[in-house]
Amino acid sequence: MEYNNKTVVLENVSVRYIVGDFKNIGLKEYVVRKLTRNYHVKEFWAVDGVSFSLEKGDMLGIIGSNGAGKSTLLKVIAQIMNPTKGKVIVNGNVAALLELASGFDGDLTVRENTYLRGAMLGYTRKFMDEMYDSIIEFAELQEFQDRPFKQLSSGMKSRLAFSIASLVNPDILILDEVLAVGDVAFRKKSEAKMLEIIGRGVTTILVSHSLQQIRQLCNKVLWLERGKQMEFGDPKTICDKYEAYLNKK
Amino acid sequence: MIRKLKKHQFLFEELVKRDFKKKYKRTVLGILWSLLSPLMTLLVMRIVFTQFFGRTTNHYTTYLFCGTLIFSYFSDATNQGMSSLVDNAGIFTKVNVPKYLFLLSKNVSSLINFGLTFLIFLVFCLLDGITFHWRFILLFYPIMCLVVFNIGVGSILSALYVFFKDIQYLYSIFTLMLMYMSAIFYNIDAYEPHAQKLFLLNPIYVYISYFRTIVIKQAIPDLTIHILAFAYAAVALLAGARMYKKYNQRFLYYL
Repeated sequence: MEYNNKTVVLENVSVRYIVGDFKNIGLKEYVVRKLTRNYHVKEFWAVDGVSFSLEKGDMLGIIGSNGAGKSTLLKVIAQIMNPTKGKVIVNGNVAALLELASGFDGDLTVRENTYLRGAMLGYTRKFMDEMYDSIIEFAELQEFQDRPFKQLSSGMKSRLAFSIASLVNPDILILDEVLAVGDVAFRKKSEAKMLEIIGRGVTTILVSHSLQQIRQLCNKVLWLERGKQMEFGDPKTICDKYEAYLNKK
Repeated sequence: MIRKLKKHQFLFEELVKRDFKKKYKRTVLGILWSLLSPLMTLLVMRIVFTQFFGRTTNHYTTYLFCGTLIFSYFSDATNQGMSSLVDNAGIFTKVNVPKYLFLLSKNVSSLINFGLTFLIFLVFCLLDGITFHWRFILLFYPIMCLVVFNIGVGSILSALYVFFKDIQYLYSIFTLMLMYMSAIFYNIDAYEPHAQKLFLLNPIYVYISYFRTIVIKQAIPDLTIHILAFAYAAVALLAGARMYKKYNQRFLYYL
């Protein structure tokens, strides 16, 4: 297979996950459960044999019901997780904007959190110094710069998160439900910003529950159900099939 | 690893700042408190134990301070380190960053705290009539070993803490026991010679005794102590690094 024009290639990627009694139990309970044979851990394939490839400028929408393995797949592409089986090839630097509002620290000020988040996304200090004012302006948080982060409303938090994240200049952009941020006015602004980034010719991967959005933006769609790849290809036909599948359920 | 650190330097700096600010709640008193706590321990021990051990031990205040200085650094760094993975789960499950950054950043803020206490320690030495000597420079050796040892123990604990949340209670019992076994306020000369050797099995005791030999005896510790100090640090670090490598993916299931 040739990878020359491909930015993202997944070959038969599978991720094994474990669920069961192991979370939040102490050593004591672990030992007791092991002794009484009451310790159950189940393995399952959160992502099971997914293969597809994307080229520069592609915009992929991932659809599927809750627990279909969408977020896990994104983590694999973002190289936070390694696949248990299969191969992932990613050419270029990846910016993953997963669940924007988490990962902030409530005790730090807005300014400090902005820098911390910038650092997490791999920006340099110089870049943050230059961009800081426009980030705050875009998020409309001028009066809150030195307030503790926990005093912000959840809408403000997501607005800040989006404003920092939207400065990325990656080759591959991963968006997990980030387009639904803030009030209507801000949503308009953020969508415009997003479209501008996508328009630069990056490869974009978008997870969304809004089929309308997917139809509008994407040129390829991946449909996952319980980790399995149902369809990959043309958005219109797949979205129609998916809708029919949802209606039957 | 160096290249990776360089790449994540900005993040690392921001993490250190965050941990430092959070620890001291951005107050001057915050820093004062954390300096005060080893001093209070010192004061209490000085008052209580002087009757029992102070008469047979030269420079008893300095003797005690060597013990509390080392032990409180160890205890602070490892306890802070323990929660480094769990506390930062929100970050490394969303962004691809090396997980040891979080542990190192907590260790940096503990080290700063240790550095400040160390300066007070030197002042106390002066007050206690200890003469400074070129050999004091050798103190960098046990400090470096201890830094590495703390990072190693911290990484083991932080990994365990992801899997078993009650480790923190078990560990606080363990540190209490370790404190009594580290000869902080008593002198091991009362034991038989081969019983004294058993104390060398305790890494913290080794670091404390290195300090005491230099500061109070004004002598250079023998080669065994040097080798042990290094070996304990190396073993702890290797064990910790192994755990991080082995469980790097597994952490994600638990958080």
